[in-house]
Order: sequence, then C-alpha cells, then structure tokens
Amino acid sequence: MSDGARSAVDAAFADEPAFVPYLAVGDPDYESSLAYVEALERGGADVIELGLPFSEPIAEGPTIQNAVVRALEAGMTPARFFEFVREVDVDVPLVCMTYYNLIYQFGSEAGPRPFVERAAEVGVSGFVVPDLPAEEAGPLRAACDEFGLDFVSIVAPTTDEQRLETLVDVSSGYIYVQARLGVTGASSSVSDRTAESLARLSGVDLPKAVGFGIASDEQAATVVEAGADGVIVGSALVEVVADGHETGEATGTTTDRLEAKARELKRGALEGYGRRTPTPEGTSD
Amino acid sequence: MSSEGERSDAETTGGDPGRGDAGDGKFGRYGGQYVPEALMPAIGELTDAYERYVLGNEDGFMDEFRRRIREFGGRPTPLQRADRLSRRYDTEVYLKREDLLHGGAHKLNNALGQVLLAKYMGKERIIAETGAGQHGTATAMAAAHLDMPCEVYMGERDINRQRPNVFRMKINGSAVVPVTTGRGTLKEAISETMRDWATNVEDTHYVIGSVVGPHPFPRMVRDFQSVISEEARRQSLERIGRLPDSVIACAGGGSNTMGTFHNFVDDGGVDLLAVEAGGSSLAVDEAEGVAPNSASLSTGSEGVLHGARTKLLQDGDGQIVESHSVSSGLDYAGVGPELAHLVDEGRVTPVNVDDDTALEGFHRLSQEEGIIPALETAHAFGYLHEHHEELGEVTVVNVSGRGDKDLDTAIEETAQRDVPNAPDMSMFEGELR
Repeated sequence: MSDGARSAVDAAFADEPAFVPYLAVGDPDYESSLAYVEALERGGADVIELGLPFSEPIAEGPTIQNAVVRALEAGMTPARFFEFVREVDVDVPLVCMTYYNLIYQFGSEAGPRPFVERAAEVGVSGFVVPDLPAEEAGPLRAACDEFGLDFVSIVAPTTDEQRLETLVDVSSGYIYVQARLGVTGASSSVSDRTAESLARLSGVDLPKAVGFGIASDEQAATVVEAGADGVIVGSALVEVVADGHETGEATGTTTDRLEAKARELKRGALEGYGRRTPTPEGTSD
Repeated sequence: MSSEGERSDAETTGGDPGRGDAGDGKFGRYGGQYVPEALMPAIGELTDAYERYVLGNEDGFMDEFRRRIREFGGRPTPLQRADRLSRRYDTEVYLKREDLLHGGAHKLNNALGQVLLAKYMGKERIIAETGAGQHGTATAMAAAHLDMPCEVYMGERDINRQRPNVFRMKINGSAVVPVTTGRGTLKEAISETMRDWATNVEDTHYVIGSVVGPHPFPRMVRDFQSVISEEARRQSLERIGRLPDSVIACAGGGSNTMGTFHNFVDDGGVDLLAVEAGGSSLAVDEAEGVAPNSASLSTGSEGVLHGARTKLLQDGDGQIVESHSVSSGLDYAGVGPELAHLVDEGRVTPVNVDDDTALEGFHRLSQEEGIIPALETAHAFGYLHEHHEELGEVTVVNVSGRGDKDLDTAIEETAQRDVPNAPDMSMFEGELR
C-alpha cells in the first residue's frame, strides 16, 4: 500500500534482521514502563510494539493477560497511552498493538479515524490489531493511509493462499507471521509451520517478522535462519517485568535484566542471519 | 461513518435450492467477523458447512436434526394457557414451554444442531462456554448423545453459583474447565473458549451458546433456535385462531429471544418485547468499570466484542465493563447483533426489570402456575406483572428454562430482599449456605 516509498517501519528491517520486542504499556505502572521500553531500545530493538491494554484480550495467553490486568489496574487508558508515546525517549519506530474496540471508540466520531489521527500526532508509526481481519480492516487501512501510518497484518499457519493475497493487499510495514496456532506465550520450541509460512510468503515484498513463542536467542536464530526478516518477542520480555513486579525488585534492576534479555534476542537474530546459506540474489530484501 | 457501516443487510437465503446463501453476516450496522486471523479459515469453513447442511439440507442434515430434536429433545414443546395468570391479569397469557425441552431449557435446540454439524464437518472435539451452565449442560448432553468429546469453559464464580449444572456436565462425560480471569463469569468464559479454539481450530468446533460472536454464528444459532417461534406461531393460530398481540422473552445474549421472535418479525401487529436484566441499577460505574445490570440493549452503545459489532456495556474508552444480574445466564456485557439491529429498527422493544422484580416473577410462576422458572425466564414474568395492561388481549411468554439450577440462589437472594410474594422464608432457615 506504500506505493514504492518505504515507511520508517519497513526500513527498520532493511539492513539486518530486526528485533521487534513487545511490552504492555503501563505494566506494572506508567513510570516503570517508560524505563522498560527505553531499555528495549538500548538492548537492540529495531521496532517496538507497544501494547495498549484492552479488557478482553482474546488473542493473548496468560502472561500478557496478566500484564494487561496490571496495566489497567494501574490506570492505563488510551489517553495515557498517547501521553506515554509522546514522553518515551526512543528513536525506533513504535507500533501500537491493541484491539479494535479501543480504536473504534476513541474521539467524538465513531470509527478509527480520530484514534489514528491522534496516534500519528504523538508519533506512532503503525498498528497491529489481532481481532481485525483483512475483511473488516478497510476503515482502519483508509485512516492509516490518510495519516501515513502502517497497518501490519497477521498471517496465521491456517491462512490459505486466497486469504494470504487479501492480507498482503491491506498490509504495510511488515507482515506478522504467527509462528504457531494458539495465543501469545513463550514456548520451548519453534514450530515447523514457521518455515512453511515463510516459504509461502517468499514472494511478498514486505519484511516478514515471526512472533508467538520466541523466548531465547537460539529460537530467534532458528527463525531468522529459516528466512524471517525479524523476530517479535512479547511474553518472554513481559515475564521479566512480571518477575520483577512479583519479587518487589527495584525498577532499575528489572530494567537491566530487560536490556540483557533484549540483547540476547537481538544477538540470536544476528547469529541466525550469519547461518543462512548465501543465495545468488542475496536476501529477499 | 465508514463504508463498512453502510453495507446492506443481505438477509435473503438465496435461490440455489441445494445451497443457501449465508449472506455477509451484517445486520444493518451490526455483526461482522472481528476475530484473529488464525480463526478466519475455520469461520469460512463453518459458513460453508452452514450453507450446505443447514440452509441446503445437504446429506439430509436438517432431516436428521429435526428427527433428533423431536426424539431426543422432546419437541414440539407445548403452548400452554396460563389459567391463573390469565385470570389475575384479565388477559390471555400463553406459555411457550421451552422448559420442557430435554435438559430443561431452550439451549438444546442450538447445542444439538451445532454438535451434529460438527460431526458432519468431521470435527473431533467440541468446546463450549457457559454462563448459567444451561448451554454447557445442553452441549454436554448433545456431545454424549452424538459421541463427541467435550470441554466446557465456565467462570469460577458461575461454577459456584450453578453447582447442579456443573455436576450434570461432568456426569455426561464433559470436562468443566474453570476460568479465573476477570470476574469469572460468561464474558471471561467466552474469551477463554476463543483462545482454545484459536489453538485447536483444525480439529475442534466451538459450539457458541448464543446469537453472538462472528458470522455465521448469530444467524446459525438463530436458525436452530427459531423452531421456538415456528411452533409458537403455528400453535397460536391452531389453538387461539389468531396471532398474539405481544410476545415476551428474556434477553441476555439473545438466543431464546431471537428464537422466540424470529418467525413473528414479519407480523407487524405482534409486539416483540425483549426483557433485559436491570440488575440493581441501570447506571454504569465508570470508576469501578462495573455496570450493576446486563441491559446492553437498553443502555449499551455500539462497539466490537467477541467477534461482532453490537451493543455493549462499555466505558467511554471502549473497555468492556463487568455486568451484573441475579441470573448468571443474563450476566453478559453484549448482545446478539441481529437483536441490536431489530431494536434500532424499532421492531423489537427493549425493556428491563430489576433483580427484585425478577424474583417476584420467579415466585409468582412457581406459586400460581406450578412452574419454577429459571431466574433468566423470571425476568419475563416480572415484566408481564408490571405491564400486563399494555400488552393487548393475547400474550405469549417464552418459558426459556426451568429453575432447578437456581433454587439455592433464589432462596438466598429472596432472603436478603423484600420480595412481596416471597414464601415464609423461615422454612429455609439453616438451609442457606
């Protein structure tokens, strides 16, 4: 949809495999959350997905569900989220991950436009909306086009060829490749279906970032070796925040552990890139 | 408004006799398919199966469904004149006795239909959510009857409120999975069942319990439930020689409501009244994120939840608030998109009664007609009592379920309130938990 010109999000994948971490904004409170997101950039993030908590997160596993509860209890709202984006001191592109009802309800007119307009003002670069399939995405896509933001679609292992085309048509920024069926959450192995999905997407001229279940440097390396242009990691990082919160750890200590975890994952992604068999044409992008 | 809100409501069933057209899943501005991408292929597969088997009767699916709902379910249910209520209110009151359907509620119409459909589709596992436990028990019965493994997600709070139904599900061989997130009621159970479905979508069918969720569920569930109004309309004509002036059904998610109304929608002279749970108050407490009611048709606003655009109880930001009702089965922050549309069109009138009035209705039907209704159903009788003078000469009330599951709750709640027609509560002393 970007008609040739690369968006900031898309460009973040250009030189080397991108590390795309996720955190729920406001978990466990606004101030700590600022420090945590900034630590992700220091740890090597190329794009950061910022979760705006919704009361019914149907695509999330227990780790992120609990983060959403903590953030909502600490007072996170769409208005506070926009303040957060304005205040957080990072230079990499920020993608807002949330559910459609919050986007739909914001502002005085019904529909996604006021939310997208405000997001653009504060410096959001794109959206991931897990409960908005391509068929219902028209109005959000139109608002994103109007304000120059990206709409990132999720491709699932169950997505067939016909739907794949529909999805790619409405997508920009990157394609979120869901590594396995189910909900978000760290797991110990990377699904075989990831490689299948990447193969199916090889002809698509958008970066492919793999998420769902990536928790270690070795897993990050595996998906990049299999052809991913980036790795998305949420639950494994949210777990660091949750541990820190539950044990009463100082925010600074949790911040350091998050940065270290981010570094590990970014390193894994780079290692995976080094392991790829070189092809005559080089990499897909 | 965006272009998606202007799509027409394709509600015809198409001309191809072997295959119906399920339409685009919109009811005016409501409906749609707001689900994770992982579920979209399954929803497409389900839409295809719905068109072939339900609308098109392929492989004799509907013939088998009708046979089983008759022999296993006990259809048709009677349309019974309520003699004492008719005398009390000086109007003709008829009861559509869905409480006499196998399992004690209308829920089996849908559960049997969907479990059978899952079998035709070659699915190997059934999951369902349940609030009051009526849909869960109906699904557990249907799954046992049709030899399918079944897991039912139920909020922890509802498990405590509805113990008899938990036992029934387990005895039928289903697993009951407690849901501990949020307030532990129907909303959380639906979210958790959707998560299971997103994980196991390839071999699992999600038997959704009401006319909610993504297309094709609202239409398909309505179709399975519309046997209620198909019979009630015919029985009215045969029995009374005319159509009723008013039809009353309680409304939570709206499956008994849509089932009871569907075949009367084109009868302009028949008033359709959807009775919601007014709970203890119609206000929303934004600070606490709680609505002490479940009246999404009366007080809700448009939004997107659990796969559909519909009327919701939400705060100004769009966060879903916790609903409340004395009856678990009405305790939900959303409502079916078609019902929301019929309300906007002015065809269905949303009304509500509070917890106290519902309890009064519970005791009146028990005392004067010998029928202990579900607390959900009792809302309809609360409304009948308060508004009988406005209902015309003939009123049909859907008795959506029986109240065996609610006896503990009804006794405890009555003891705490000033219910004018309560029995002598001293006889229950020592029985209260």
